[in-house]
Amino acid sequence: MAEQDWKQQKRPFAAVSLTPLFWTLLFFVIPMAFVWFYSFGRNVGLTDIDIVGTLDNYKRATEWLYLSIFLKSLAVAALVTLICLIVGFPVAMAITFASEKWRPWLLLGIMLPFWTNLLIRTYALMIVMGQQGYANKGLEALWGGASWLKTLVGLQPMETWEPLPLLYNNFAVVVGLVYVHLPFMVLPLYSALDRLDKSLIEASLDLGAGHLKTLFKVVVPLAAPGIIAGVMITLIPALGAYLTPDLMGGTDSQMIANVIERQFKRANDWPFGAALSFLLIYAMFALIALQGMRKKTGEVK
Amino acid sequence: MDIKTLIDNAQNRRSLLKGMGVAAVGLTFTGALAGCGEKEAKKLANGEEASLNLYNWDDYMGETTLEDFKEAGGVDVKMDLFDTNDTLFAKFRAGNPGYDLIVPSNDFVERMAKADMLEKIDKAQLSNFKNIAPEFVDVDYDKGREYSVPYTWLALGIGYRKSKVQGVPDSWKYLFDSDQYKGRIALLSEAGDVFRLCAKYMGKSVNGLTPADIKTIEAMLVKQKPFIAKFHDDDGQDLLAKGEVDLVLEYNGDIAQLMTEDDDIDFVIPKEGSQLNSDNFCIPKGAKHPKNAHAFINFILDAQNGKKVTETILYPTPNAAAKELMPDSYKKNPVIYPPADKLAKCEYAKFNPDIQPLYEEAFTRVRAS
Repeated sequence: MAEQDWKQQKRPFAAVSLTPLFWTLLFFVIPMAFVWFYSFGRNVGLTDIDIVGTLDNYKRATEWLYLSIFLKSLAVAALVTLICLIVGFPVAMAITFASEKWRPWLLLGIMLPFWTNLLIRTYALMIVMGQQGYANKGLEALWGGASWLKTLVGLQPMETWEPLPLLYNNFAVVVGLVYVHLPFMVLPLYSALDRLDKSLIEASLDLGAGHLKTLFKVVVPLAAPGIIAGVMITLIPALGAYLTPDLMGGTDSQMIANVIERQFKRANDWPFGAALSFLLIYAMFALIALQGMRKKTGEVK
Repeated sequence: MDIKTLIDNAQNRRSLLKGMGVAAVGLTFTGALAGCGEKEAKKLANGEEASLNLYNWDDYMGETTLEDFKEAGGVDVKMDLFDTNDTLFAKFRAGNPGYDLIVPSNDFVERMAKADMLEKIDKAQLSNFKNIAPEFVDVDYDKGREYSVPYTWLALGIGYRKSKVQGVPDSWKYLFDSDQYKGRIALLSEAGDVFRLCAKYMGKSVNGLTPADIKTIEAMLVKQKPFIAKFHDDDGQDLLAKGEVDLVLEYNGDIAQLMTEDDDIDFVIPKEGSQLNSDNFCIPKGAKHPKNAHAFINFILDAQNGKKVTETILYPTPNAAAKELMPDSYKKNPVIYPPADKLAKCEYAKFNPDIQPLYEEAFTRVRAS
């Protein structure tokens, strides 16, 4: 399909884009502008903010304490994205190569969790992972079974089962975030793999490349746009994750969004909260800009 | 477990599902509430429409109280719920979103009165004001009860599972400065409360903390953190009930409710003393139905109606006439009404705008360490 340049079709373009533009302006740009102005303000009394153009909030926000929390959030988000990619790629491959009859059902299986509220899904996961949860109960039953087998052959029974601390730690946060973000990774990967010309894979195999070699030399490079898109839409929301670390995390699982929330509520320090929010937004912009630059250089090639 | 746990999670006073609180961070559209739902403006004898918008804690009203009130005066009460004082304050910062009656805790009564967010209470409209026990009539946080009417009071302490704890954990040491119950402890995530109670452990007043004390407490908490399983958002009773932890920092009423379902649970106020809180009815500035709000407060202050509320929520009540009607199992319950010698060592926390940010930042450092 020949792509049309919007510059040659200015009027239809304007007609179509007016509503979303208005929407973005009203519900995104204007509220965010308020927050942006707050970030240069300071508290006067309990409820008023004087916008004095100070940079103190940003100075405080870039102290090591808050920077380290930023970096930790980024590390958690990157780990989550990596796990999503490793788990999601085979899933997307499986859906791509599934028969026509099965494909819609498999896609539905990926989408289904979206129809349930994030909060409910998180609570459900917490019920499974708790000290007395189903995961621990299942393991305990296995442990008990193994112990019984040992006594059967005349060995000492094993020690009593201690429930694993699955919940309320960083491990739980990563599991929760992977669980929530996996569909974001699988769907773009699937759409990229689906468009892939399968005869290329056959050619690669026919010409003597092994399966792994074909995967990394043919499939992965061709699916690269999907991989990058998947990484972006997983990494960015994971970086701003709030609910999962709050509900599933332990004493050292706070992420930057939790710190921001506390500034707006408990600390009643909106200017500082606004400054932290904008640092987070700038970080996300930088990530998106990086991707944009990559695309451009790709086109030039 | 399962669905019931999910529902229960959502049903404790201060543990409204957290996500709902997120909305409070954004902008509040003033009047959004007041504008809808009033199809016909039927006027009452007092000149107001027959409705009242109440903003209350979750699980904090008698089972039939709202219907009883409607039967008595024809006023429809629409009750919304909040989960922390901070949510309440953040919502009202941008102007009254349409409520006539709110239930802030003592330090927030002080804070909101200072921020000029509250209307004065007209005691001439409260014929049942006399039912309030004398010690709650004149309080430090609201001299002469100009802005507030007491609804309940509560004490922080340690809720614990008897079969998993040796003896009675009657010192803050077990929570703040000991690895005896490593990994089995949950503390409130409220920075101010935790630091003030650490002050109690150090033998200081909850209102006497200096920046140097905060440093000391911060170091103590950093050392203690590996032994703490979770900083909870006032759903400690659930963590205790589910066996996630064996000792929690919680309010007495929350644990008293749990004790009616689980024999293995008990509650103690540590020997060093603790912090008291009190929740109060206040009428926010911009309330559309202040007379109905007064009528509702007066209705709750009535002995019979107060008793019905107390039967449901099981918190200590400042309503002496209602308490009189309650059975001994409530009146003599040492969890709900802690012994006098313990209470003598407890204090109300004063609102202190200078030191609050220090608590918050120190707590962020503890969590990040």
